[in-house]
Amino acid sequence: MKKLIGIVLTFVIIQLLISTNIINSYLQATLATICINIILAVSLNLITGFTGQFSLGHAGFMSIGAYTCAIIVMRIPTVPGFLLGLLAGAVMAALVGILVGLPTLRLRGDYLAIATLGMAEIIKVIFTNLEITNGAAGLSGIPRFVNWAWLFVFTVGTIWLITNFLKSSHGRACISIREDEIAAEAMGINTTKYKVTAFTIGAFCAGIAGALYASYFYFLKPGTFGFLKSIDVLVIVVLGGMGSISGSILAAILLALISTLLQAFPELRMVIYSLLLIVIMIFRPQGLMGSREISLSVFSKLRGLLPSKKGRE
Amino acid sequence: MALLSIKKLTKTFGGLTAVSNVNMELEQGELVGLIGPNGAGKTTVFNLLTGVYVPTGGSIILNVDGRQKSLYGLKPYAICKAGIARTFQNIRLFKDLTVFDNVRIAMHQNVKYGLLSSFLHLSSYRKEEGKLKEESLEFLQIMKLDGKKDELARNLPYGEQRHLEIARALATKPALLLLDEPAAGMNPAETAQLTELIEWIRKQFRLTILLIEHDMSLVMKICERIYVLDYGMLIADGTPDEIKSNKRVIEAYLGEDVSNA
Repeated sequence: MKKLIGIVLTFVIIQLLISTNIINSYLQATLATICINIILAVSLNLITGFTGQFSLGHAGFMSIGAYTCAIIVMRIPTVPGFLLGLLAGAVMAALVGILVGLPTLRLRGDYLAIATLGMAEIIKVIFTNLEITNGAAGLSGIPRFVNWAWLFVFTVGTIWLITNFLKSSHGRACISIREDEIAAEAMGINTTKYKVTAFTIGAFCAGIAGALYASYFYFLKPGTFGFLKSIDVLVIVVLGGMGSISGSILAAILLALISTLLQAFPELRMVIYSLLLIVIMIFRPQGLMGSREISLSVFSKLRGLLPSKKGRE
Repeated sequence: MALLSIKKLTKTFGGLTAVSNVNMELEQGELVGLIGPNGAGKTTVFNLLTGVYVPTGGSIILNVDGRQKSLYGLKPYAICKAGIARTFQNIRLFKDLTVFDNVRIAMHQNVKYGLLSSFLHLSSYRKEEGKLKEESLEFLQIMKLDGKKDELARNLPYGEQRHLEIARALATKPALLLLDEPAAGMNPAETAQLTELIEWIRKQFRLTILLIEHDMSLVMKICERIYVLDYGMLIADGTPDEIKSNKRVIEAYLGEDVSNA
């Protein structure tokens, strides 16, 4: 219940800031980036941080969602059309996830990373050469349905579903693979099945993020979804903490804010950004949150530290 | 028919024969020891039984409640489902998870709700998770770990980590339990305690137990029968007393008697 109030309050406050134009259209784009990055990071965290499968192909899944949704919504430019596109995009990404996951998830660690990297590149090349995606020039004029409210609902929804999943027996099965694959298998966990499951759920969510991206920024080109995009998402996951959902959320917000603040110094922007990453990694190698989660009880503990009114009297 | 019958089990790694033509039979409810000098192939036998390695030849038949099942070529998780659970020589707990989660994960194969329910936490989720919690706490109580259920497995003292491994194995509800050196690294008092515990869980859960152990005080005390392995071959089997006086066993452990040579 407390959580629900917190979520509604967050939404209302930001909505108010938007309608009073304190968050102007430039900042609104940052807000959209934050939401999309949260979805991407939380879903990659499920694959990499919780299940322990090092994937570098998240941008590939995102682009499948983005292009599928764009192609559909350009032919049916209505809200139901967009929702259909979003669903189709997510399902397409999940299908590709299964297809790629079945053979590659037999690989471990760095080998899997290279295989998924290759997959994302293949997807990029396909989109560059297809007629329907308008090749390297990309798609423009995608009908824009996504606004702050849509982004918020999908972001919260994704977080909610993935957190629920992780608290279930199926989620614990995924986590046991990260902890010790041989022991997990010996305790009756079908590790291949759960690796593919985590990979597919992750791909599905990345597809949603892609669809939201397509409709919010109404322009797509294959280059957007290259290797660097996958790395961006991975940086958020590692920085926030492998195996911490709240860490991913925090890091997505923090990095977007830093990046926005540094717009004032365009020459030094990437230098400062990279330096910050290096410094954080030196002092917090386990990421901002480690594998812990922020919970509301943190706030009540903080309150306990403050001298209470009764104590003073 | 025996609970487990192994016939002509063989495993070669390249040119090396780790296990050669091993025949074993375990009757329902037996407590059997598997001993042998270092490198004799004991753990390899365990790994063959649990599907970590695929045998080069031979057959493994498990017979639970009158249903026979060949375990040849099955994946470890399927073998676990068929009714064989194990502990590991070099403890393999889920170290960064709580004691409670370690046991809960082992019970996953009996969980009856699907993915949809795990996303939406439907009523089947709540019912099953409640049951899961209750049952796993029972296993922790048996191993006297219920007071530490929220501690991370890595923070437990060594002896309790071994206990947690047994609790986790029991949670898969096996018919046959394989213990790989359960007393390794324990002092005599702890070993005596463990000996009692193993006997007790065997009765309580009507288990058949096969154990690898170097601590002869434990093996000779609780095992009804013992198989002796040397260089991958079975050199003897029998009751503890028979094994103690078996010439080939003594030779395998201590070397040949020089005066007779």
